[in-house]
Amino acid sequence: MHKLAFLRIKETVVEGKGFKTLRFMFNRKVRPGQFVMVWIPGVDEIPMSLSYLGRIKGITIREVGESTKILGSLKVGDSMAIRGPFGRGFERLSGKTLLVCGGAGAAAVLPIAEEMDNRERVDIAIGARTKDELIFEERSKMYSDNVRTSTDDGSEGCEGTVVDLAKHMMKERKYDFLQACGPESMLSSLLKVGKEHGVSGQFSLERFMRCGVGICGSCVINGKRVCTDGPVFWGEELESMSDFGRSKRDESGQKIGL
Amino acid sequence: MASLRVNVAGLVMENPTILGSGIIGETGESLLSAYKAGAGAVVTKSIGLEARKGYSNPTLVELPFGYLNAMGLPNPGIESFGEEVLLAVRGGATVIGSVFASEAEVFAQLSSKMEAFGVSAVELNLSCPHASGYGMELGVDPGVVREIVLAVKKSVTIPVFVKLTPNTHRIIEIAQAVQAAGGDSIVAINTVKAMAISIEAGRPILSNIFGGLSGPAVKPIGVRCVYEMYDVVDIPIIGAGGIETWQDALEYIMAGAVAVQIGSGIGRRGLNIFKEVNFGLERYLKSRGIESLGELVGTAHA
Ligand SMILES: Cc1cc2nc3c(=O)[nH]c(=O)nc-3n(C[C@H](O)[C@H](O)[C@H](O)COP(=O)(O)OP(=O)(O)OC[C@H]3O[C@@H](n4cnc5c(N)ncnc54)[C@H](O)[C@@H]3O)c2cc1C
Ligand SMILES: Cc1cc2nc3c(=O)[nH]c(=O)nc-3n(C[C@H](O)[C@H](O)[C@H](O)COP(=O)(O)O)c2cc1C
Ligand code: FES
Repeated sequence: MHKLAFLRIKETVVEGKGFKTLRFMFNRKVRPGQFVMVWIPGVDEIPMSLSYLGRIKGITIREVGESTKILGSLKVGDSMAIRGPFGRGFERLSGKTLLVCGGAGAAAVLPIAEEMDNRERVDIAIGARTKDELIFEERSKMYSDNVRTSTDDGSEGCEGTVVDLAKHMMKERKYDFLQACGPESMLSSLLKVGKEHGVSGQFSLERFMRCGVGICGSCVINGKRVCTDGPVFWGEELESMSDFGRSKRDESGQKIGL
Repeated sequence: MASLRVNVAGLVMENPTILGSGIIGETGESLLSAYKAGAGAVVTKSIGLEARKGYSNPTLVELPFGYLNAMGLPNPGIESFGEEVLLAVRGGATVIGSVFASEAEVFAQLSSKMEAFGVSAVELNLSCPHASGYGMELGVDPGVVREIVLAVKKSVTIPVFVKLTPNTHRIIEIAQAVQAAGGDSIVAINTVKAMAISIEAGRPILSNIFGGLSGPAVKPIGVRCVYEMYDVVDIPIIGAGGIETWQDALEYIMAGAVAVQIGSGIGRRGLNIFKEVNFGLERYLKSRGIESLGELVGTAHA
């Protein structure tokens, strides 16, 4: 059982345009890629990956709607209610690994680099629409000798998508694994590119969440519950899912395009 | 050979464990995953006429002995649900279609759609405790229950199961109304109306304020309801509420249930729960030299 925990915010950091990190004490064991449900009383309860897993945990929020804007406006000393952690996170793999982050996906991925703590074994590709939205570049450099960025508009790093960048990096160097989080269209092309280069990997998905504990069924993709069977899946599992990269369920359970 | 096979009003299942309504049952593939995990049959999410988004989050509170939920009957609407049923049925699952409505005619309409989709039985949700105008608001009035069951019985040829609420002192009258109207089986219980307040936030946690309590906390209530009804009706009863082990299932069976539904246990124990309960029941039968589970139904009654 995950008791609702009320936590006091110890630190807030603006990571980029529209991105904010909140840090707090949360004494539970968490795997990279696991998430919590954050309650905003009177508004909503929403899933958020834990972006820092040390003693002082963190979530990194991209402000997209009402709840994320309210979370983004919280200050040091304010309190926040969360339950979790939920789901199957990223595995601790031994081998040369390329971490690929698209937008807010960096929140779920960076803790892997921190856990590996091996500068030569991990390379990191971070992509965003534009320079101001790139997050965790400095943090990445603490854990890897090879950190590259891409922006859709070319305002920093390679011009193009983070998948283009990852493809380029896979040509330069042989990787054993990919670990990635970002928009699903990005993940599905990354999965293909990885296959072409003989690299398998783990990918973290998002679906509409209510319970977080695997009973309500609102987060399912092809019969798998993203909250408990995922959110992190192996590429081989995703290849057998006809909805991956194509469709999801809305709040009523109707199938809609991504 | 000890047999777990049961026959509920003509619906034959290889074992007595059924996936409860509203538990991962919104898509065909997830229904199938529960069936493949060992359930003898699976009940769909309760489906209405139109698509419904349900309530906003929080819709679930985790408690030490169960869950409190107020999902608000989210569902894609009967028309788009056909393909989900078809998928599960084609995959080999025995599917029971759960429906909800606010009037008898619509219950009948939804049930006949479900029959056309290929379900083996329908289950009428007369018991959801947190949706205004639906569920329990209808299911606490024996006259209304009778009217709904009569209308549905006229519209389908498959067995009609009626899911009842424990949130009433008239459970016996209501069970008798189901039987009198020709209902084929009673499912008891749905969740118990309840709420939780966060003392830190100083407000109710569920966005809907009220919800339904499920899990081990409600098992004694479920067992009591089944026991009371067994004395007054002849139609088979399916027990539900807090079943997590074979011992829990056996308790319901001794109280008078011919089969059981499992919901919250899937979150608390995992999808393997069906196999575990069935394995335990089978071993129990063997160790006692009992041939069929049916011999144990209602044995707790003096
Ligand atoms: C496992 C998981 C991990 C996530 N991690 C992060 C993270 O680390 N950082 C981050 O910024 N965002 C993360 N998200 C996305 C985040 O949950 C949504 O951006 C947030 O819910 C939007 O809420 P809102 O009220 O601001 O916007 P709204 O306007 O309410 O919604 C905008 C969009 O957010 C999504 N959304 C809303 N409610 C939910 C819900 N209950 N479950 C899933 N999606 C929802 C929908 O796609 C919706 O269209 C994660 C999502 C999931 C499923
Ligand atoms: C999240 C959740 C959603 C539910 N949705 C429905 C539903 O749509 N229709 C229904 O008849 N019962 C619904 N129920 C009730 C269950 O089917 C079951 O009767 C009840 O939870 C008691 O069993 P349990 O303790 O094994 O969960 C729901 C229960 C939960 C926990
Ligand atoms: S969020 Fe309820 S099953 Fe995943």
